[in-house]
Amino acid sequence: MDWLNAVIQGLLLGGQYALLACGLSLIFGVMRIVNLAHGVIAVAAAYVALWLVQDGSVPLLLALVVVVPVFAAAGYALQRGLFNPALGGGELAPLLVSFGLGIVLTNVLQQVFSADSRSIGIGSLGTSSVPLAPDLSVGVFSLLTFVVGVGVIAAVQLFLSRTSTGRAMRATSDDPETAQLMGIDQRHLYGVATAIAIGTVALAGVFVGMSTQFSPTYGDLVLIFAFEAVIVGGLGSLWGTLLGGLVLGVAQTVGAQVDPAYGILAGHLVFLAVLLVRPSGLMPRTVTA
Amino acid sequence: MNALLSVEGVDVHHGDLQALHGLDLTLDEGETLAVIGANGAGKTTLLRTIAGSLRATRGEVRLDGDPIGSTPAHVRVARGIALTPEGRRIFPSLTVEENLLVGGYRGRKGPWDLRSVYELFPLVHGRRTRAGAHLSGGEQQATAIGRALMANPRLLLLDEVSLGLAPVVVKEIYAALPQVVARGTTVLVVEQDLNQALGVADRVQCLLEGRTVLEGPAATISREDVTAAYFGLQE
Ligand SMILES: Nc1ncnc2c1ncn2[C@@H]1O[C@H](COP(=O)(O)OP(=O)(O)O)[C@@H](O)[C@H]1O
Ligand SMILES: [Mg+2]
Repeated sequence: MDWLNAVIQGLLLGGQYALLACGLSLIFGVMRIVNLAHGVIAVAAAYVALWLVQDGSVPLLLALVVVVPVFAAAGYALQRGLFNPALGGGELAPLLVSFGLGIVLTNVLQQVFSADSRSIGIGSLGTSSVPLAPDLSVGVFSLLTFVVGVGVIAAVQLFLSRTSTGRAMRATSDDPETAQLMGIDQRHLYGVATAIAIGTVALAGVFVGMSTQFSPTYGDLVLIFAFEAVIVGGLGSLWGTLLGGLVLGVAQTVGAQVDPAYGILAGHLVFLAVLLVRPSGLMPRTVTA
Repeated sequence: MNALLSVEGVDVHHGDLQALHGLDLTLDEGETLAVIGANGAGKTTLLRTIAGSLRATRGEVRLDGDPIGSTPAHVRVARGIALTPEGRRIFPSLTVEENLLVGGYRGRKGPWDLRSVYELFPLVHGRRTRAGAHLSGGEQQATAIGRALMANPRLLLLDEVSLGLAPVVVKEIYAALPQVVARGTTVLVVEQDLNQALGVADRVQCLLEGRTVLEGPAATISREDVTAAYFGLQE
């Protein structure tokens, strides 16, 4: 029962990783940018939500409803203002720009909120659980995070496969120059993709803030887990990212079951093993450009 | 009355290499023009300059007399210019039908939609759920033309329709062109196959090393003149 429990907790944790990784995967899939500021943006969203709740006395749910669109709008501006110009400067430029942005944001968070660890209080939601079987129960909040994670991935995937804008994004990912000949404004479309990505990572960041202690540098860990989920799943595939998140989560909890000190290490080892054995990930895009 | 398209004294460079030298071209509404020339003559460069993928370093491109030289490619689509690029450039991860739908992303209203494109190219209809990556050359070419038509262009630019295709497929695709013209689209076709070019066009313009060396009505131009111009032979 302990092992089964570890696997189930791992799957739930994996839902959180998938939620964290969704935006990273989308930005890479559409425009081949690895956004190194991804983790600290999640943490920034957690701080903003915390600030709204504590200093503004805003209900937590309302804070979420505010944070997500505000971050999405900031994502659009980030793309149009920083990433789009950088894309003209070669492969490395967007990577360096996002690296710089991450450092600046981390420092701003330290200045504004100090380096102390914080968390967003959720009261009894954090401690209540539902029994699945005798000896086996799952936390309500973990379950909620999992459902939100799977739901967000499914929604973004549905958007990509069913809507006109989503189709245009896939076309642009295949062949940006030809996509422009179809009347697609690449700079705007990239802005929309980044808006969605940053909106989802902001949501993920608030969930992280509700589930654990965070500080301005916590974004590094978030970035690593999100990156591992994306790579394990396969670049450019959102279902792959979901799978990657689940594999990573299960690896960590099962590893911790062996020895509590090995949890995170087990996740890294699975990541390295996938890189060695299947560098394209578990579910790479079936058709490549 | 203004010509639908006029290219006036256009220079285009690829880095240090100048591909077009003060090129002129005019095209009236409803006319079909074939641009011919050997490999490297500058035909693709010309079409990409008209569509907006490349910018002229000198000269102007006009649509209905309005300068569009600094209008981005995606806006030119909405103004009525659609290009079927050399190599077809079908989106490989999208299905055939999705490729067509992307073609209509910001197009104009008009006679062309999924239904009329499928009627024009039954072969495309039969492949509509297939991924773009898994098409034969002829299927790709028909899909690429259909995709451009989905934008309901006033001016359709076709680059090397017959390149690499079996003769029966070329015939089938060219057989569809009169229906496109009949619905009011002006066509500029780039072609290395002289017979096809002379068969479909009202007028022929022959390029050599980025300059026009011969121009005239397709019906009266002599094959010897075309051949000489094509290879740059002096009289
Ligand atoms: N992307 C490019 N970069 C550098 N040179 C190019 C590029 N495209 C075309 N050229 C050069 O420009 C000239 C004209 O090419 P192109 O327009 O493709 O001719 P055509 O379509 O008639 O074969 C050729 O000398 C070709 O090598
Ligand atoms: Mg060419």
